[in-house]
Amino acid sequence: MKYVDEFRDREKAEALIREIALVVSQIDIARARPINIMEVCGGHTHSIFRYGLEGMLPKEIELIHGPGCPVCVLPMGRVDDGVAIAERPEVIFTTFGDAMRVPGSRKSLMQAKAGGADVRMVYSPMDALALARKNPDREVVFFGLGFETTMPSTALTILQAEAEGIRNFTLFCNHITIVPTMKAILDSPDLQLDGFLGPGHVSMVTGTAPYHFIARHYGRPFVVAGFEPLDILQSIWMVLKQIRDGRAEVENQYARIVHDEGNAPALAAVERVYELREFFEWRGLGSIDHSGVRLREAYARFDAEKRFAIPNVTIADPASCQCGEVLKGAIKPWQCRMFGASCNPETPLGALMVSSEGACAAHYQYGGVKRQQGAA
Amino acid sequence: MGSVTRLKPRDLGRLMVSHVTLAHGGGGKAMKDLIDDVFVSAFDNDLLAPLEDQARLDLGALARHGDRLAFTTDGYVVDPLFFPGGDIGKLAICGTVNDLAVGGAVPLHLSCAVVIEEGMAVETLRVIARSMAETARAAGVTIVTGDTKVVPRGACDKIFITTTGIGVIRQGLEIGADRARPGDIILVNGRLGDHGAAILCARGDMALESPVRSDCAALSGLIGELLAAVPGVRFMRDATRGGIATVLNELAAASRAAIEIDETATPIDEGVRGFCEILGLDPLYLANEGKIVIAVAPEDAAAALAALRAHPLGRDACAIGRVATGEAGRVTMNTIFGGRRIVDMLVGEQLPRIC
Repeated sequence: MKYVDEFRDREKAEALIREIALVVSQIDIARARPINIMEVCGGHTHSIFRYGLEGMLPKEIELIHGPGCPVCVLPMGRVDDGVAIAERPEVIFTTFGDAMRVPGSRKSLMQAKAGGADVRMVYSPMDALALARKNPDREVVFFGLGFETTMPSTALTILQAEAEGIRNFTLFCNHITIVPTMKAILDSPDLQLDGFLGPGHVSMVTGTAPYHFIARHYGRPFVVAGFEPLDILQSIWMVLKQIRDGRAEVENQYARIVHDEGNAPALAAVERVYELREFFEWRGLGSIDHSGVRLREAYARFDAEKRFAIPNVTIADPASCQCGEVLKGAIKPWQCRMFGASCNPETPLGALMVSSEGACAAHYQYGGVKRQQGAA
Repeated sequence: MGSVTRLKPRDLGRLMVSHVTLAHGGGGKAMKDLIDDVFVSAFDNDLLAPLEDQARLDLGALARHGDRLAFTTDGYVVDPLFFPGGDIGKLAICGTVNDLAVGGAVPLHLSCAVVIEEGMAVETLRVIARSMAETARAAGVTIVTGDTKVVPRGACDKIFITTTGIGVIRQGLEIGADRARPGDIILVNGRLGDHGAAILCARGDMALESPVRSDCAALSGLIGELLAAVPGVRFMRDATRGGIATVLNELAAASRAAIEIDETATPIDEGVRGFCEILGLDPLYLANEGKIVIAVAPEDAAAALAALRAHPLGRDACAIGRVATGEAGRVTMNTIFGGRRIVDMLVGEQLPRIC
């Protein structure tokens, strides 16, 4: 397949792996402990498992699977609120597919659907708006999820609804923003990260400027990375070279998609429609200041939280869950005491088992061949 | 069985309305008209014609095919009813024929039970019945008994079909999921995931257009050729819901063996690959309706491939992997990129990813 297969070339991969091994051999800390590199984005985690990259890398490199899976970090209380809205008889509740399975404290959206709620899977917020046009006697609610990647499409849908004067469309806004969360992770005392693979699609919208503090203030290399396996290997190689050379910079491996200045029209739509919340709850990480957005007052009539009474109760993560420690790289997914037995993709307890982009689900589904070889 | 009196066309009821109503499920003349006009006339065969409450099968005739009876049943629900490459009628025949054939049986007779939602257009029903009849004829099976129910609007989604089939297994064939041995070669008879992708596209809610057609096909002919060439086939299973990943896991578990497949050798249509790339789906888990996973001893692999490729439904047959000595029950894939990953059973259904 054109423009895809080129980025999955095995010979180029082998050459890159050799280069990576060479750079690793020139890094002093690698002799004392593993080099910890966090891939921030769930899309990266998925590719790493999908192509078996962990097993190809030198053993000195540990990949830490970061918090960038928006479905995974959705807290239980917000799922409960979504279910409460979905269960109203007048509501058609629309959502991206992989959010259907996220467990709330009582049930998931999939279970609510089985119980009679009108929950429908859509592929874009514009599909939800089309449903609103087609069903003027129903209230169509879109479950807005995701980082800056999906924020603009939701914002543009709100602007479109406003332009058309559509009154039966609202957004249940759970959009979140990655930078405050990265800062929270970097401030965590039990953290030992040597560098980052930065989110590719988020950066396509935001540009690379928001990450400069990571290089400047925290002194960590940061490489914005694409999602194909060669993208990821090349980005790892770029991070390693920075470590070897004692540099800490923001570099852009994904330049074919990401421009340093970002996408101005998308950013303008985001700016116009949303404002930062004081704090937002993340599954596994707890409440993080300024990490979520909500609709501005001017768009309040499109805000599902204002149109419908919602329980709005914060539900603590199960005490047994160690998602936070996995997210911060303090333990590996399979070291969690719940992994596999009581927490699995069928009955996920914690955030990271929910979506195939979550570190634990990816481990469960695609398996840590490297880990198994190590154990054997 | 020699004294069957064939029904003459004038004895058959005729349906004069355009849509099915609850009256057609009432057991009276309206129901007889529906059954006669739509189903009996399309399925037409000597065993069905007496219209007794049961088909009566001659044991001697069955026994000429082999020494064991194979017996299977399957329910068919699909949205939409008509899709590129097939329809629910064709599916209901092929699926049950294939379930018999993969056990090494010659499929012979089917039953057909339909549940119809009131309001269905009679013409749609006719098209489905004709499709069933044509598919059955081509597969060499007869539909010998059946049942028709009509339920109120909303109690089912347009039409549900259940077919049950019997076939006879030839002496000497021993095909089973517990029979794979390390060193065996894993074959498939063509490109994977076409049916699943075609159905998802045909639903239209993804606004994706794709030329992908369902691979829905009766494989009894192909399997007959394969078994004639290689009677020692160890395992065969059609890779329907859950895709080949599921079948490989079933084989690995039952045989207490490891299975290794090679991504580069796994045949997937470019259109299906593109579709999966966009939606974040894995083609290994997409449904097929005309594809089988086969395990054969290494010395039989060449003959098996040649037999498959000589048949139109096996033209793209290839070896995708092997049974190995690793962890029992584990399926792994050597990725196109040179890595290795585990191919586990699918949990629930595949859901498109957010971004």
